[in-house]
Amino acid sequence: MAAPEKTCGKCGTVNPRGADYCYLCQAPFGAGTPGPGVQAFAGETGGSGNAAPVFKAAPMLLFPDAQRHNVRMSALLFALLVGVFFLLGTVIGGAYGDVGNGIALSAVLCVILGGAAYFNGSSIVLSLHDAAKADPERHRQLLNVVEEMRIAAGVPMPKVYVMPSAGMNAFAAGRRPEEASVAVTQGLLDGLNREELQGVIAHELAHVKSRDTLYNVCAAVLVGSIALLADMFLRGTFFAHRGRSFGGRRGGGRANAAYIVLGILLALLAPLAAKILQMSISRQREYHADAAAAGFTRNPLGLASALSKIAAGGAQVPGENRGTQHLFIVNPLKEFGPGASALMSTHPPTELRIQRLKAMAGFGGV
Amino acid sequence: MAYIPLALIVIVVAWFVAAYNKLVRMRNQVKNAWHQIDVQLKRRYDLIPNLVEVVKDYMSFEQETLTKVIEARGAAIAAKGTAAQAKAENVLTESLKSLFAVVENYPDLKANQNVAALQEELTGTENKISFARQFFNDSVMAYNNTIQAIPSNLVASLFNFTTETYFEAPESDRAVPKADLR
Repeated sequence: MAAPEKTCGKCGTVNPRGADYCYLCQAPFGAGTPGPGVQAFAGETGGSGNAAPVFKAAPMLLFPDAQRHNVRMSALLFALLVGVFFLLGTVIGGAYGDVGNGIALSAVLCVILGGAAYFNGSSIVLSLHDAAKADPERHRQLLNVVEEMRIAAGVPMPKVYVMPSAGMNAFAAGRRPEEASVAVTQGLLDGLNREELQGVIAHELAHVKSRDTLYNVCAAVLVGSIALLADMFLRGTFFAHRGRSFGGRRGGGRANAAYIVLGILLALLAPLAAKILQMSISRQREYHADAAAAGFTRNPLGLASALSKIAAGGAQVPGENRGTQHLFIVNPLKEFGPGASALMSTHPPTELRIQRLKAMAGFGGV
Repeated sequence: MAYIPLALIVIVVAWFVAAYNKLVRMRNQVKNAWHQIDVQLKRRYDLIPNLVEVVKDYMSFEQETLTKVIEARGAAIAAKGTAAQAKAENVLTESLKSLFAVVENYPDLKANQNVAALQEELTGTENKISFARQFFNDSVMAYNNTIQAIPSNLVASLFNFTTETYFEAPESDRAVPKADLR
């Protein structure tokens, strides 16, 4: 394959055509000398089978922009989620005659549920998927790749786990970079080459570095709490008609009919809206982590190639469920086609993620 | 009304402290990132004798390649100063590449478990060096941005924070690399 790009002789990084030296390791380029013997040194790149790329611009400039945009979007969505939660609390409080109590109730629920999830976090998820500590001998390459990527990301070395599943997937957990865990399936290790594995690990460490793992927990708790609040309200109202009101009879007399109608409406809509928002945050963060991963590896094509292999090879992991599906690099439960960017999807369509990654590498209108 | 100037002063002081602390953190990160590179370089020095030991018996008539690796290692360890060290490290990298290229010609050697493990280790270390340099340069860029951008440049100039220089391969190394392997 006579590729027009320049593959760095030192580190295997793909550079734009006009480059004088590698932007990653700064090794110089001669006229058309991507040494073939070097390939073995930089890690086997067998069969990634990418079409000959046409580079248009230096990709490095794009990484920070993509990151900033995604972080802004996520912050906005997260604020909206909190807003919905407290609006619901206010209305429910109003329906029972005391707005303050409603807000207090939602705050207390938020803290209790949040605390439980916050302090239990990753160990539950890890045991759910039979994750075992990576073996220093057998998983030497995996540990090396994680170490490489954590250096590139500038985060502490995470704990590394391997899940026995043959499906190809990976996730990161842990609320702070200092206590993060990264888990990959055996299927992923078997199916990906070094370059692709780097991309996946970089993606997971991007989640860790940007505290997505923490956001995931918080967002899940908020959604759960909203659903719980709405449920309590609906049941409470229902019982109230039979003369047994939830939340105390004391304020019942001052209950406002308008609040009750509004409350019922909100209790029905809020959980749905919250879920949609959560999924939307999750989708934005996947794009962000992809962009950040490209920044760490300086090689968007590695992750792009990994994603297409995962999409083709199947991402199922035993123990998967609705509670943890958003943690994985590709949703283990369902895969949406390029056209179906469903509102309730945790991940953007893999096809679109691959397209964006390729665009970062300078593929124009892919 | 009399509190407004006071509040302003408090805000300004708080901002100064925050900006100062941020600069200190960033400067320390730059220093740490620099030493991370050294850690990985040291690792590579340690791995090379093992590799040479394992490979030696198989390739008695490739003595020249081995000698080059050992010499390059010695030169890299001895090199003083950033520029000289960068140059020596690049020579070492090149010599390792030619060694691995030669290994490809010896099926027995390639199949050897120890060689495979060492090759993975050296590949990993090589990547770690690259990524450590990359992270160093990223840290330097973030630090320099903060020092030079308004308004944090006020604090930087007041407390004598100076810009750091990027890691760069010396100009002479950007010549055409030899790629006559295999």
